[in-house]
Amino acid sequence: MEVKEKKVGLENEEYIINMGPQHPSTHGVLRLVVALKGEIVQRVEPHIGYIHRGIEKMCENLTYQQIIHLTDRMDYLSAHINNEAVCLTVEKALEIEVPERVKYIRTIMSELTRIQSHQLFWATFGMDLGGLTCFFYGLRDREKVLDIFEESCGGRMIVSYNTPGGLMNDIHPNFQNRVKEFLKYFRGVIHEYDDLLTGNVIFQERSKGMGVMTKEEAIAWGLTGPTGRASGFSCDIRKHNPYSAYDKVAFREILYTEGDVFHRYLARMEEMRESMNIIDQLIDNIPEGPYTAKMKPVIKLPEGEYFQSVETARGELGVFIVSDGNKNPYRVKFRSPNFVNLAPLNLMARGSKIADLVAIGGSLDLIIPDIDR
Amino acid sequence: MEFSIYDFSSFTAWIDQSLRAAMSPGLAVAIEMLIIGVAILIFYAIVGLFLVYAERKVCALMQNRLGPNRVGPGGMFQTIADLVKLLFVELVPIKNADKILFSLAPYIVIIASFMAMGALPFAKGLHAIDLNIGVFYLMAVSSMGVVGVLLAGWASNNKYSLIGAMRSGAQIVSYELSVGMSLVTIVVLAGTMQLSEIVQAQQYGWFIFRGHIPALIAFIIFIVASTAETNRGPFDLAEAESELTAGFHTEYSGIRFAFFFLAEYINMFIVAAIATTVFFGGWMPFNVYGWEGFNKVMNFIPPFIWFLGKTGALIFLIMWFKWTFPRLRIDQLLTLEWKYFLPINIINVLIMALIVLLGWHW
Repeated sequence: MEVKEKKVGLENEEYIINMGPQHPSTHGVLRLVVALKGEIVQRVEPHIGYIHRGIEKMCENLTYQQIIHLTDRMDYLSAHINNEAVCLTVEKALEIEVPERVKYIRTIMSELTRIQSHQLFWATFGMDLGGLTCFFYGLRDREKVLDIFEESCGGRMIVSYNTPGGLMNDIHPNFQNRVKEFLKYFRGVIHEYDDLLTGNVIFQERSKGMGVMTKEEAIAWGLTGPTGRASGFSCDIRKHNPYSAYDKVAFREILYTEGDVFHRYLARMEEMRESMNIIDQLIDNIPEGPYTAKMKPVIKLPEGEYFQSVETARGELGVFIVSDGNKNPYRVKFRSPNFVNLAPLNLMARGSKIADLVAIGGSLDLIIPDIDR
Repeated sequence: MEFSIYDFSSFTAWIDQSLRAAMSPGLAVAIEMLIIGVAILIFYAIVGLFLVYAERKVCALMQNRLGPNRVGPGGMFQTIADLVKLLFVELVPIKNADKILFSLAPYIVIIASFMAMGALPFAKGLHAIDLNIGVFYLMAVSSMGVVGVLLAGWASNNKYSLIGAMRSGAQIVSYELSVGMSLVTIVVLAGTMQLSEIVQAQQYGWFIFRGHIPALIAFIIFIVASTAETNRGPFDLAEAESELTAGFHTEYSGIRFAFFFLAEYINMFIVAAIATTVFFGGWMPFNVYGWEGFNKVMNFIPPFIWFLGKTGALIFLIMWFKWTFPRLRIDQLLTLEWKYFLPINIINVLIMALIVLLGWHW
């Protein structure tokens, strides 16, 4: 058989490069197959699954208390909020009313988690754009939040502080002082973030008008969190479907209409400030009382399907549990914000430069273990 | 023989005479070349090692860190330890790489920077070769490095390296124009290309003061463009570790990588030294005409201290850029050069020519 040589014109030939799974700016083991024409991105194809651990399947053989510890390992920067999501679902199914104290502490902890997550976002986003100094400033401040976690929860990143019905243990006596100290400190230094990056001409040139998602597109693709809100999609679960103590605090939902990299970044910067306001309103009013509701040692959910969503630092995390009445769930499904936010990457990055692809990827603030689970 | 740290010409003349007295002129020249070569090589290595250390300390300062502080006092010997490690690292052979070009590339980069070193006036009389086209020679030699970078990217057989090399090619060729034009501005003012004469002409007033506005513009453009030319700071697109992992030297390891690394720092030294020589009076002390007492104090400081001090200050400035600014994108980089720097530069040269004609400079 004669093999016909396929002729490809040089001008139509695509230059395909593999970004990742080991690449400094994919923030984990994400593999992007990028088709280039010169510097211009023609097509981006995300390949996921390099850190798939089968968390959803593992959950089917674990009790509800044990599931909590797996959720830390999904979006490890929103560990506390992930825990809360499962706890809220279980509490909803059992129709338990948790003590007020627990609600307040959970909310404060969630907001601290959000702040440290956005601090790390700022740090790594600066680094993605080549501003290496940002990384150290971001981590310097994040360390202070982690110290607060360490004191009360024992863990720094993987906190596992929530249990169905309440908390693992009461807050450290020093907790309130530490948090107030941190807020005072962080309010004093957050302007450095703006000085170093936000106001920089090169940074604005790099990020404005890049990777634009309109409101319609954002809704169609299901973008949530700061990524969706930068496009004008009002999707803050804390506002629309308040859980824990969010109905007791006044805060602003950060909304922009531009939907570009710069506004995704701005949304996160503003959210840090809003989170501090939320903590301000709660930190002095933590009610006295037990730190957990009375729970049976073995939790069995009544037969049925349960769903609860929370607002993590990256968007809407939904927990869907199907129970057949046993001590293990029949099926668990997590709706992870990162997986959904990654999907339109091709749409956003097409036609831009490689450097923009890195910026767009960074602005989505992806956590790969949360995508793969 | 009288030896003075203020004027090395008598010292070098004494070496020359005693060599010529002892042997045939041809052999004397050969030995002189050897001495100069070894001296520059040693200086090169010391500057390279010191600058790597300095950058790590400066970067630590910018980033709220301590920087190297374990090996030796204040971490002084950290870079030497790193160098020893790099010497022992395996030179990983690359499949399907163009072996000759792959090994040649680091040498081209390092030779280019080495050649520029020879033409720099370090102090009075401390000058390996004083060409009458010194500025032109420096420009020509310093742009040779891009050949090495292009070869490195091409020969590595790596897609990231190739993108990095192509970026670097576009970047250096563009910014070479700005560097050249800003130096031409000063050449117009000085009326000579010979580096020793340029330095000598700045005895009472460095060119950045004497040429006032156009000289200042030329200096700003020079420092930005030369940062770009050395692939540093906000212009390190050829390496761009967050995009291209390490750009053109992704596949290099061991001593070959060390050559690229060293050449980057030496190039930084060279551009700072050129800026010092052309804009800030080289090794000339800061003198003001008529202030005898002040001038005496300033002249007491040896010329090579002046030279290294000014160069060091400019190097700090270049490092400051790198650790503060995010990286530009390739199209923004080229826009900056072709749409802003080049037209400004051309007009600037004309203004300078006009000022020189009308005698409006000091």
